[in-house]
Amino acid sequence: MATRNVLPGFRLSTGYTLAVLGSCVLLPLAALLWTAFELGPSGWWAQIGTRRVLASLRLSFGAALLAASIDALLGLLVAWVLVRYRFAFRRVCDALVDLPFALPTAVAGISLTSLYAPNGWLGSRLVPLGIEVAYTRLGVLLAMVFVGLPFVVRTLQPVLESMESDLEEAAYTLGASPWQRFVRVLLPLLLPTLLTGFALALARAIGEFGSVVFISGNRLFRTEIAPYLIVQKIDSQYDYRGAAALGAVMLAASLLLLVALTGLQRWSRRWAVSR
Amino acid sequence: MAAVAAAISIGGRPSWVMRTARTLLVTGAIAVLAWLLVLPLLAIFAEAFRQGAAFYLDAIRQPDTIAAVRLTLTVAGIAVPLNLVFGLAAAWSMTHFDFRGKALLGALIDLPFSISPVVAGMMLILVYGKEGWLGRWLEPHGVQVIFALPGLVLATVLVTLPFVARELIPLMQAQGSDQEEAALTLGAGGWQIFFRVTLPRVRWALLYGVLLCNARAMGEFGAVYVVSGHLRGVTNTLPLQVDQLYQENFSAAFAVASLLALLTVLTLGIKRLMEWRHGDDLNH
Repeated sequence: MATRNVLPGFRLSTGYTLAVLGSCVLLPLAALLWTAFELGPSGWWAQIGTRRVLASLRLSFGAALLAASIDALLGLLVAWVLVRYRFAFRRVCDALVDLPFALPTAVAGISLTSLYAPNGWLGSRLVPLGIEVAYTRLGVLLAMVFVGLPFVVRTLQPVLESMESDLEEAAYTLGASPWQRFVRVLLPLLLPTLLTGFALALARAIGEFGSVVFISGNRLFRTEIAPYLIVQKIDSQYDYRGAAALGAVMLAASLLLLVALTGLQRWSRRWAVSR
Repeated sequence: MAAVAAAISIGGRPSWVMRTARTLLVTGAIAVLAWLLVLPLLAIFAEAFRQGAAFYLDAIRQPDTIAAVRLTLTVAGIAVPLNLVFGLAAAWSMTHFDFRGKALLGALIDLPFSISPVVAGMMLILVYGKEGWLGRWLEPHGVQVIFALPGLVLATVLVTLPFVARELIPLMQAQGSDQEEAALTLGAGGWQIFFRVTLPRVRWALLYGVLLCNARAMGEFGAVYVVSGHLRGVTNTLPLQVDQLYQENFSAAFAVASLLALLTVLTLGIKRLMEWRHGDDLNH
């Protein structure tokens, strides 16, 4: 590695990187952790342990888990079809998958709400059937499924593309049915990648604000998500400690997921090597 | 579905069972995309034009909306170049040198993508707000960060920080340092190497990162919502203006939202074009 560090600009580039990271990420992160730790365990619980906050955390994490699971299923279907089959408008469909990445969350939020409101295109058909989406937990779930879908598809696609068909062919010559080939050969190979996509969708859904707050309707104890409560505490109560206590929980969840994702990546890499 | 063409199949002609399965899968996938993605996109434009073109034009020409457009362009105009420089610096540092804590630095660069935007905005208030660590020194000196332009820029920089770096680092890692080192032995200076050797080789990836960064910067809602203070015509970016209008005038909100939706469609179109024309230079 003697030749690695011969190029100039180490101090400038690393220094600038650290300066930006420090002022935009590290310092704010430290401030959040400091404020949360200052509360102490009992002070922290006094902020978190209220019925309203616990209900919001339960909804945020519960709906996000469910949404990421639905995304894993739908994303597998979409990625599979986009990679394996050729059909009209395939390229358009492929490009569309990025929509939730690029569409501003507030725009997605009001659009989903208008679709499922009682007088909306879908709402006017679903509400008479007793299916209420807008301003219910189902709406929260729907918005989370929307924002999470591209994570699963985009994680799976390159892996599906690079997957050689020799294993499937071997299974075919041994007499495996298409279903057996999928469940016994492909699915185990895809599992680390599928879990990675699931974790990414989960992380996004837990922290999502813009797409969810409109369709959720923010009904007390019922459809308030945790990020909405943080905003509430800051905006109308100037309660920065309460917001920090709740923010620390969200941050801990994000960091845990980040660690899990790193582990997953290592796993899938080893998987690839051992093949 | 007639559109289902021959797929990758194993062992000759697919049986009718396989063909039916294929039709079902393709139809299912298209249905998912149409329901989950196309319908919301169409709904934006349908709602925006529900009260006619005259209403639409009137809504997007309101002074508050024009102020919001201007503010969004200003914020993105500052935040995106900042992240461009950050991405280049981070990639240069991460790919040309070995140092302790490099893995940690890489993780830190990616971190903003996993933090909730609302939490990101709140963290900034704790540092730069009136009673924040730095804010309590800055505000008496007449520097207001939160509820003002600097706060909006900081929040936007924070949530879009990884976009450019993330495109550049894997590409520059794959390209290695050989050409830069060759230029060095030929007597080129640091900036010369950067502008003549490195930059031309990563320009498409850089542009790609900037495109995605810009789309997010202009559309950011959660982080900006927390630090904005919602002063109409002063600290309302376009997404915040959509939110405020939504409480009062449904169709006007969608008219303004349609501007952002247009930006999205344009971004996705350019993105596709770049992947198609310059895919090899993007390391995708």
